[in-house]
Amino acid sequence: MAITVNDVEYVAKLAKLTIADEEMDGYIKKLSAILDYMQQLQEIDTNGVPLTTHVLPLENIFRKDEVKPCLPREKVLANAPDTEDGYFKVPKIF
Amino acid sequence: MTEFQTVIGLEFHAELKTKTKIFCSCPTTFAGEPNTHVCPVCLGLPGVLPVLNKRAVELAMKAGLALNCQISPFSKFDRKNYFYPDLPKAYQVTQYPLPICKSGYITVPDADGNEKNIRINRIHLEEDAGKLVHSGESITTSNYSLPDYNRAAVPLIEIVSEPDMASAEEAKAFGDKLKLILEYAGVSDVKMEQGSLRCDVNISLMPKGSDKLGTKVEIKNLNSFRAMHRAIQFEEDRQRRMIERGEKIVQETRTWDEGSGQTLSMRSKENDHDYRYFPEPDLVPTVITPEWIEAVRSELPELPDKREKRLKEECGLSYYDCAQIVATPALAFFFDEVAKIFDDKKTIANWLIGDVSRLINVAEKEYEQIPIAADDLAYLLEQAKSGAINNNSAKAVLEEMFASGKKPAEIISERGFAQISDSSALEEAVKAVIEANAKAAEDFRAGKQQAMGFLMGQVMKATKGQANPNLVKELLAKMLK
Ligand SMILES: [Zn+2]
Repeated sequence: MAITVNDVEYVAKLAKLTIADEEMDGYIKKLSAILDYMQQLQEIDTNGVPLTTHVLPLENIFRKDEVKPCLPREKVLANAPDTEDGYFKVPKIF
Repeated sequence: MTEFQTVIGLEFHAELKTKTKIFCSCPTTFAGEPNTHVCPVCLGLPGVLPVLNKRAVELAMKAGLALNCQISPFSKFDRKNYFYPDLPKAYQVTQYPLPICKSGYITVPDADGNEKNIRINRIHLEEDAGKLVHSGESITTSNYSLPDYNRAAVPLIEIVSEPDMASAEEAKAFGDKLKLILEYAGVSDVKMEQGSLRCDVNISLMPKGSDKLGTKVEIKNLNSFRAMHRAIQFEEDRQRRMIERGEKIVQETRTWDEGSGQTLSMRSKENDHDYRYFPEPDLVPTVITPEWIEAVRSELPELPDKREKRLKEECGLSYYDCAQIVATPALAFFFDEVAKIFDDKKTIANWLIGDVSRLINVAEKEYEQIPIAADDLAYLLEQAKSGAINNNSAKAVLEEMFASGKKPAEIISERGFAQISDSSALEEAVKAVIEANAKAAEDFRAGKQQAMGFLMGQVMKATKGQANPNLVKELLAKMLK
């Protein structure tokens, strides 16, 4: 399936990635190969096959609504690139 | 000139009343200190495993049942991907193709006062985002922002209506009713001012009679139903003028600016597939059996519509009285408690709407904290009804019950409120009054009815107002024969 430069730029923008011009060809080829493979799967007749929503044969794994200790704040913020007054600190949003 | 018809759909987010977050055991209670109610799961650290809170599932089911929805036998979670710093994982865990509830409705009055069903498309479970503190006045003027993830992953239900509302009034009626139902069901605190209930509006205009929907605009940042009502009216007007000028409505998200009373453009609305939803692999599907549904249904109290009907039909209350009581769940539940012991429901309603409400307001308390016990109020009303105390004394007793928390019997005896209803005790006083007021007694015998009032007043004075007035009248009539 043919993927265009526009398609790659579009998904790159959604993923907040910058793709250099010289990388573009490589992405087009790799992404096209993935879609071609998915296209092959589309050809299989799945009529009457129940929907797979999860790969494990499990359902209804629940937790009781009981409070347990949280993570101490020093640890919460330990790996943050920047903090202020107990908050994470992030760059200008807009 | 073309006449236009407004088409409104609403989306509500309600925080569920659980003790812990949706996928971890952090508390949902408000924490003043930022980032103290978080753990590796709700921070989205690598390698953690979220586990669904069973209570959150049950509260979502309750909401669904209370809103006449079908509960899905099979539901599951998905990831909704977008980048925003209030989202620690850069995706929100929500439900996309298989939500927990579908196809419900709420009944509201329409413009002509007839009943109208507003359909609910779906209710899905999801996690809340964190809160951002901005360094400057607003997000755009800030050099940096400060995320606090205490609220991140608090369980939410999103309730999506069909575009069935035709006016700001209908939208507000839907909002009021939804809020009341969720409050009765015990699903959420539904406090808009605190953010536990939030509302977004989708609104478009189309020529009257058309079946082709216009381009819709989403309005966010509505902090009250009053704001919602104003925003809808503003937007109806803005869109109508644009269409009349031949301009094209842009599909976008707008924010309500309370100060200037207008909606302002935020950003064009991304299409659904831009969120790149995909199944959440760390959570397994939820299977709900009919037995489980019935167990949850049995936890629901009587809901507003049914309750209003019952109060009207069984208790003979007026429309006004019913509406007053049903509008406040805590008052309605208290009414039921008192009515179990004291059977004059009309009297209970009058006292609850009257003096009890007044005293709660004076004390600046919430109805959830009525400081008197139902059986104490029942006792007091019984005393007033039987004539053991008079009505004014009963009011004074209630006031003191509120103030001191004492039992009514104690207050009645301390303040000497008990009416004298023993005729032998009263005969003496009545006899003395007749002797001391021979002229009035003569007048009465001569047929002057007004003299009775005067004599009664004298007896009440002599007994410091404690004589049972009916008995005094009876005794006077007998002795003056
Ligand atoms: Zn947590």
